[in-house]
Amino acid sequence: MTLHRGLSGTVVHNRVALLMAVAAVAGALLPFLGFAPNRLLSGRPVPLWAAVQTVADIGALLPGLVLLGTPFLRPTRAALGLTVVAGALLAAALVWLAGEQAARLAAGASPAARTSFASGFWVMAAAGLLAAVDGARRMGLGTAGRLAVGGSVAALVAALLASGHLDHLSLLKEYANRRDVFADAVLRHVLLVAAALVPTLLVGVPLGVAAHRRAAIGRAVFPVLNVVQTVPSIALFGLLMAPLAALGALLPGAGISGVGPLPAVIALTLYSLLPIVRNTAVGLEGVPAGVREAARGMGLTPGQIFLRVDLPLALPVFLSGLRVTLVQAVGLAAVAALIGAGGLGAIMFQGLFANALDLVLLGAVPVILLAVAADALLSIGIAAAARGAGGRTAHHAPNQPPSQPPNQPGDVQARSAQ
Amino acid sequence: MIQFERVSKRFGSWTAVDTVSFTVDEGEFRVLIGPSGSGKSTVLRMINRLIPADGGAIRIDGEDIVSLKPEELRRRMGYVIQSVGLFPHWTVERNIATVPALLGWPKPRIRDRVTELLEMLNLDPRRYRGAYPHQLSGGQQQRVGVARALAAEPRILLMDEPFSALDPITRASLQSELSAIRHRTGTTVVFVTHDMDEALRLADRIAVMDHGRMIQCATPLEILTRPASPLVRDLVGREEWGLKRLAVETAGDRARRQERLGGIALPVETPLHRALSEMVARGTERLPVVDGDGRPAGVLHLSDLVRSMPDDAAGGQAGGRA
Amino acid sequence: MTGMAGMSPRDWLTDRLMLGMVALVALVLGMPSLKPLFAALYPGLDRPLYEADSFVRLTLDHMALVGGSSLAAILIGTGAGIAVTRPWGREFRGLLETVATMGQTFPPVAVLALAVPVIGFGPEPALIALTLYALLPVVENTVAGLEGVAPAVLDAARGLGMGPAEVLFRVELPLAAPVILAGVRTAVIINVGTAAIASTVGAKTLGLPIIVGLNGSNQAYVIQGALIVAALAVVIDAGFDRLAGWLTRWSNA
Repeated sequence: MTLHRGLSGTVVHNRVALLMAVAAVAGALLPFLGFAPNRLLSGRPVPLWAAVQTVADIGALLPGLVLLGTPFLRPTRAALGLTVVAGALLAAALVWLAGEQAARLAAGASPAARTSFASGFWVMAAAGLLAAVDGARRMGLGTAGRLAVGGSVAALVAALLASGHLDHLSLLKEYANRRDVFADAVLRHVLLVAAALVPTLLVGVPLGVAAHRRAAIGRAVFPVLNVVQTVPSIALFGLLMAPLAALGALLPGAGISGVGPLPAVIALTLYSLLPIVRNTAVGLEGVPAGVREAARGMGLTPGQIFLRVDLPLALPVFLSGLRVTLVQAVGLAAVAALIGAGGLGAIMFQGLFANALDLVLLGAVPVILLAVAADALLSIGIAAAARGAGGRTAHHAPNQPPSQPPNQPGDVQARSAQ
Repeated sequence: MIQFERVSKRFGSWTAVDTVSFTVDEGEFRVLIGPSGSGKSTVLRMINRLIPADGGAIRIDGEDIVSLKPEELRRRMGYVIQSVGLFPHWTVERNIATVPALLGWPKPRIRDRVTELLEMLNLDPRRYRGAYPHQLSGGQQQRVGVARALAAEPRILLMDEPFSALDPITRASLQSELSAIRHRTGTTVVFVTHDMDEALRLADRIAVMDHGRMIQCATPLEILTRPASPLVRDLVGREEWGLKRLAVETAGDRARRQERLGGIALPVETPLHRALSEMVARGTERLPVVDGDGRPAGVLHLSDLVRSMPDDAAGGQAGGRA
Repeated sequence: MTGMAGMSPRDWLTDRLMLGMVALVALVLGMPSLKPLFAALYPGLDRPLYEADSFVRLTLDHMALVGGSSLAAILIGTGAGIAVTRPWGREFRGLLETVATMGQTFPPVAVLALAVPVIGFGPEPALIALTLYALLPVVENTVAGLEGVAPAVLDAARGLGMGPAEVLFRVELPLAAPVILAGVRTAVIINVGTAAIASTVGAKTLGLPIIVGLNGSNQAYVIQGALIVAALAVVIDAGFDRLAGWLTRWSNA
């Protein structure tokens, strides 16, 4: 590791940690929270120092102080581990402190008063998390290790949520007002994604296998799926409305309508097909011909070769396609709220149309969390599958696998049409 | 002239080059050879400052290379590497013209120079000038690589295992073309290889490196006959030692000058192992030798080939142990 | 890959970019003349044609939003990608890559929505959200493209006497360009769609007729907006296809 002499003669060992420390200090000077008398008025800023009132509050900032010291530590495993723990704890502690201060502010105010996170909170929390992420990367933690770090922060925040410690924050107040709607929306959102996933897999996997076996099928299928992926989701939803509405008029009683979950699921399926078909085909193409040849030589039947050779070896690549599909579908399902499909997008757009910012957050934040959770879940699956496939890595190349020449079926881009 | 004076290079705790001193004369073909990790490539790459030296001084014609801008220094030398490194998005012509273009040569001069180099390396200019690297075979790519290195008429040519990735036939023809070119132009060549046969064939002097030190620096004949250490002996190899020994001398070296003989003659520069092969093929023990102008230059006897030279004592042992 | 010059009339007719462009221009300019058609299709609607804003205006605003945010993202994104692949910036590469990868799991529509509480309503939050989101694929592909340049090519470039700037501009960037372009393409295509949704945060784009139509149960508006947005996206994508072929023309020689 190169040493960087700077900061009046001291030795900086980790410039990334230094950047994060500087960001955290800058964040501490920005408004930590915003406090408004009710949800319509804009709030007045609450600085960090005003939020630190008790010994426990000071204790909550301790990880932040540790973080300030980490740029100057030699990047040993222990020092990096300290960075990870300090960064992760800082983020969780800031949430705790925000809840604590929100409760104090609520004590002397009307029930309509709102306390929300302000820029200082976001900057400091992001600095802590990024310092932790970078530390984990430098330590060489694998997927499991990194997810464990992320998971523990999530668990700490979840514990705070469950304990009711954060109930005076505006987001939670908004949640309290719409508890039932929210639970329904989450369920609905997940169901939309799941409903699209079933036909996607039923059609996509066989299509991918077919595209791998016959190049002509790939040449016919990929351009079509590509164009679909290019069309913005809101336009595809709109374009599906008219034919479905017409169909509904022709078949009254079939429950077909141009709005609601049906066009949403159809559109989601159309978008989800490309990553599934492509990665199934690419995964199979990646199985070394020699391995297949050897299996045939040892007397395996075509069926056995597919099940015991092709499938396990293609699985990591297939799963990364599934990951793209799921992450993309979570976002697309949010847009589908515009055509009346419901879900978290409905809460988000309701907030946008009514200028209710906490409502926007109540919709948008869980959408992001769902997408991140889907991504994390599939990462575990991909890592496990890659181990099973003898360390064949499912490389992350969402925008174009550079190893392949352009205009090949395998080179189709995975882009989330939104 | 290239001089190394107590030059060292460390990467972390590992010493790649350990206080090495040597001189490469003007016009010399110097081969650096050694096992992988011996520091030979590092030495080469220190000459054009792709790797900065930690200690000691490197001088070219008496001038410390640190006093020059690295880019200026490099533009004055040719550089050829094993993986060629042609710019895939440029045509053969533009690849070869890289350094002349950097030096701001006028366009017609560049064009003429490219034509000349393509012809020198046996590539038809009309056919290959506008081709892209991916359209060429490995051997053709390296021909372009050599042409690119020679483009601005450098007085020093640095070559890092340039022919190692090529098939034996292509390698042999590029070796003889390189020999011819450097004899014609008088270019100083520093050539890294791990192939002793290549070294024996091309070098004026061979520097053998091991663990960052230069353990022997001598002519091919001396390397064969008086290896300074078991490692050098191993690098030479015990197999066919006698043929290698013959290969470093020519028919002219051992011919009996006063004798005359009829029949198809060998040129004086024929390596002795070829001469031996010729005798076996023709079933004879004597062959006439002619000089460059075709005049008789003597007769080579089989007994002269097996007659050992006084300095062969040590090497003879090596061969005998095989 | 067919070059842009020397196309026969037949090529023009089967060219996706040309056809798309003609269709797009025809839709944008000719939509008002389709009013009788929409009136016939939806006899129940009082206003079968979206007339609150001209489609030309909306299309231009849409393209300005996408173009502005994409341009900003390309400048910042390639700059950052170049910075972290230089020796002095290498330490930040891992962090930047992690952020780019993780950030792309955030749905663009959620990022757009989050911009409102932070910045407010109007075109500005849309511009900022689109720029931020577009940065991620651009950064990721810039790093991947630059790292994908063969080490031997860089060694040769330096060994022949190219300075750092010459190596970057004459060798690294041209060779990384196709990969960088793929990132830009991803970013722009996402932005075309997100810009349409940005009508919900107060930016006037081609999404406006769709949103207004959805809220007012006017299917004609929805179709009018959707057709133009879809055509715009397809044309831009075809344009990138052409550009990608041009950038890699040496590999097809």
